[in-house]
Amino acid sequence: MSEILLRGREITRRWGGLVAVDAVSLELERGGVHAVIGTNGAGKSTLINILSGEIAPSAGQVELLGTDVTAWSQPRRARAGLGRSYQRTTIYPGFSVFENCRLAAQARHPRPWAWWQSAARCEVSSAAARDAAGRAGLGDVLDRSAGLLSHGQKRQLEIAMCLATRPQVLLLDEPLAGMGAEETERMLALLADLKRGHAILLVEHDMDAVFAIAERITVMVNGAVLASDTPAAVRGNELVQAAYLGGHA
Amino acid sequence: MWSGRTLFVAGAFALLAGYPLVAGEYGIDLVTKIMVYAVFALSLELLVGTTGLVCFGQAALFGIGAYAAVRLSPAYEAANLLWLLPASIVAATLYALFMGALSLRTKGVYFIMVTLAFAQMAYYVVHDTPLGGGTDGIYLNVKPALVLAGKPLIDLDRPLVYYAFTWICLALVFAFLAVLLRSRFGRALAGIKANEQRMRATGFSTYPYKLAAFAISGAIAGLAGFLFAVKDGFVNPELLSWHLSGAVLIMIILGGLGHLRGALIGAFAFTLLQEFFKSEAVFGAFSKHWLLGLGLTIIASVALLPRGLVGVPAQWRARLVGRRSGGRS
Amino acid sequence: MDLAFFLIQTLNSLQYGLLLFLVASGLTLIFGIMGVINLAHGSFYMIGAYMAFALAPIVSGTFGGGFFATLVVGIALAVAFGYLLEWAFFSFLYEREHLQQVLMTYGLILVFEELRSLLVGDDVHGVKAPDWLDGKIPLGDVMTYPVYRIFISAVCLALAAGMYFVFTRTRLGMMIRAGSTNREMVQSLGIDIKFLYRVVFAAGVAIAVLAGMVAAPISSVYPGMGNQVLIVCFVIVVIGGIGSIRGALVAALLIGFVDTFGKVVFPHAAGVLVYVLMAMILLWKPDGLFKAG
Repeated sequence: MSEILLRGREITRRWGGLVAVDAVSLELERGGVHAVIGTNGAGKSTLINILSGEIAPSAGQVELLGTDVTAWSQPRRARAGLGRSYQRTTIYPGFSVFENCRLAAQARHPRPWAWWQSAARCEVSSAAARDAAGRAGLGDVLDRSAGLLSHGQKRQLEIAMCLATRPQVLLLDEPLAGMGAEETERMLALLADLKRGHAILLVEHDMDAVFAIAERITVMVNGAVLASDTPAAVRGNELVQAAYLGGHA
Repeated sequence: MWSGRTLFVAGAFALLAGYPLVAGEYGIDLVTKIMVYAVFALSLELLVGTTGLVCFGQAALFGIGAYAAVRLSPAYEAANLLWLLPASIVAATLYALFMGALSLRTKGVYFIMVTLAFAQMAYYVVHDTPLGGGTDGIYLNVKPALVLAGKPLIDLDRPLVYYAFTWICLALVFAFLAVLLRSRFGRALAGIKANEQRMRATGFSTYPYKLAAFAISGAIAGLAGFLFAVKDGFVNPELLSWHLSGAVLIMIILGGLGHLRGALIGAFAFTLLQEFFKSEAVFGAFSKHWLLGLGLTIIASVALLPRGLVGVPAQWRARLVGRRSGGRS
Repeated sequence: MDLAFFLIQTLNSLQYGLLLFLVASGLTLIFGIMGVINLAHGSFYMIGAYMAFALAPIVSGTFGGGFFATLVVGIALAVAFGYLLEWAFFSFLYEREHLQQVLMTYGLILVFEELRSLLVGDDVHGVKAPDWLDGKIPLGDVMTYPVYRIFISAVCLALAAGMYFVFTRTRLGMMIRAGSTNREMVQSLGIDIKFLYRVVFAAGVAIAVLAGMVAAPISSVYPGMGNQVLIVCFVIVVIGGIGSIRGALVAALLIGFVDTFGKVVFPHAAGVLVYVLMAMILLWKPDGLFKAG
């Protein structure tokens, strides 16, 4: 059995009387993609925000690499090896692709007191940036302004910035959103490549992609886990078929 | 190697250095004042233009630096510049830390209003309490002198000397900020302005960076306040008023946000505009209502020059390109 | 401090707080619903006070009207003014960043101040309360309280009640509340959002002007009055929570008390107290006391 890098235990989040996430437990293993699917409002966004540290849970724990990080802020978790991409592209539009990645990599070697040193000369972050951008397929557009990239390339940059911090766990929120067929293929290939060495949580709506790439699928309905199993088992699960897949065979 | 911008800045400083050769007393006094405002504007540019923190209370930091310079000086002899200058800067920095620590808990519009209110706090302390010395202001009887090993080195009473002293301070602050903005710290500030959420997601704890930006900005504003107080030998509570906070914001917007040279350009443009509207030679009796012209100019410049004066060359170029290619201009 | 004194200061606090609420409610509404920071809001208050001074002789001369006639004329002018101002200027601010709004409305303050200076001058004026409101009313055995101050409080309360009624019981109020939380939705429902904004803005202006007119007899009419009120209103809006009328009321009353009692108990520190209060509240609740709506 693979190493478990991220574990959520009985995560619950209430907003007043509404239960957005209801006692959700899941585990992310190194070398695998764990997909979370569900209709809109099922609580996926809230769940991923709790795992990343942007929202505090009402109850439950989050464990990263064996340590309880429930009280940790998002930056602290990120420094400990948790990377996150957003559904809405969250990049630095005015900077070049290279600078986007370099700044992300800088988070691991901030050295803010070295005010006289030019950041561009920082070998550590520059190398990590070229590396991450290359892996994400953006090696030949390093100098382009991020705001001028195509939608697909921006989503690639989103992933590149995660990689630049050399995380062990990746939380990916709808990385395929708005992508055409060719771009989706490229992104799936990237994810398959990334699987080795990382634990990936994938929130997605594209069912074909999810079933193609995930080792494990958790189905959420109304904030609670309806089923959590291998893709084949989930596909055959009658409850899931009724609630979500709408009769897909 | 030397980009257009660097040439522009170098040229500006060279011009400023040479100006006293052709200027009269009034000109030297005016440009000294403008240079002090330029230092002030640079302090705000670090907060607003670089880090994206719209502070509407910068005058408090300026005024505290100014008042510290006067208050800490002995009554009838010259203080030593070597400790008075740092002390004034420290006073402003301390208040900046206090203001920043509390204001940074808020965001967006709240932040703007909270910084304004903290500046008002300082204003009222100076205006109403004995600490400030009263609404009429207080005088600096003897200007500080630079004394090394018992020997007085500079006489700040002479306008030319003071001009040079201010020029040096402005050049040092500009150079410091230019280096700082290229550094890892400076890039982090730029990242916070561009997308703070992404900064946090990659692992930057953004609060300490923002607070540090506040402190540095406060120090520079305090330096500007010191320069202002020592220049005229007089301070009054209006140095902490929100009108001055508004004025310095306008300077950097007018000049162009996000560019250090914008602060320089804005300080010049704004002060010269003010002098223009105040001038009786041009407006006669109506010059009494110079605020009207200023107000209209502010509205027009924000509406028509979205990127400030710094952006004008680019705007013209875009227009020319549009016309040449036969498209709509 | 004896009981009589305490009672008087309490009544003063209430009256001051309610007056501030009136002005602040317009500010928080305009910001909450249209997303515009309007630094010039204090100028409307100032305009109201100067209108009370300048219009009174005109109204009484033209058709022999008294105080109330002046108020009515003033309100009508204010509504028209607000409507025009929104159309000519503020409607261009909705899409702009806050910083630009701050600066453009700051420029507007300067323009208003100078126009006032050109039209009416820079002198300080007194405005006389109408005779029938000018007396004092006995409170218990030992003290009296000015009737006019009670009148002010009554007017503010009536307006507050009116606002509450409009917001919670009328269709217009419902549209306003919906517009503050979801602009696009309201537009797609076919409601003319431009007209809605114009109405809200005009109402905000009129309320601030009315506050200035009503306050004129006790606060006197002087050039800096708009700016003073503006800053305090900002503090109120920040403490109360942007867009929340309830918050504006609570915060205004709080400030009214702190400021009034502060002036008598700590005269030197009175100016600072309000900001200390703001700092403390924001430490506790960085988004203000109440949410919008």
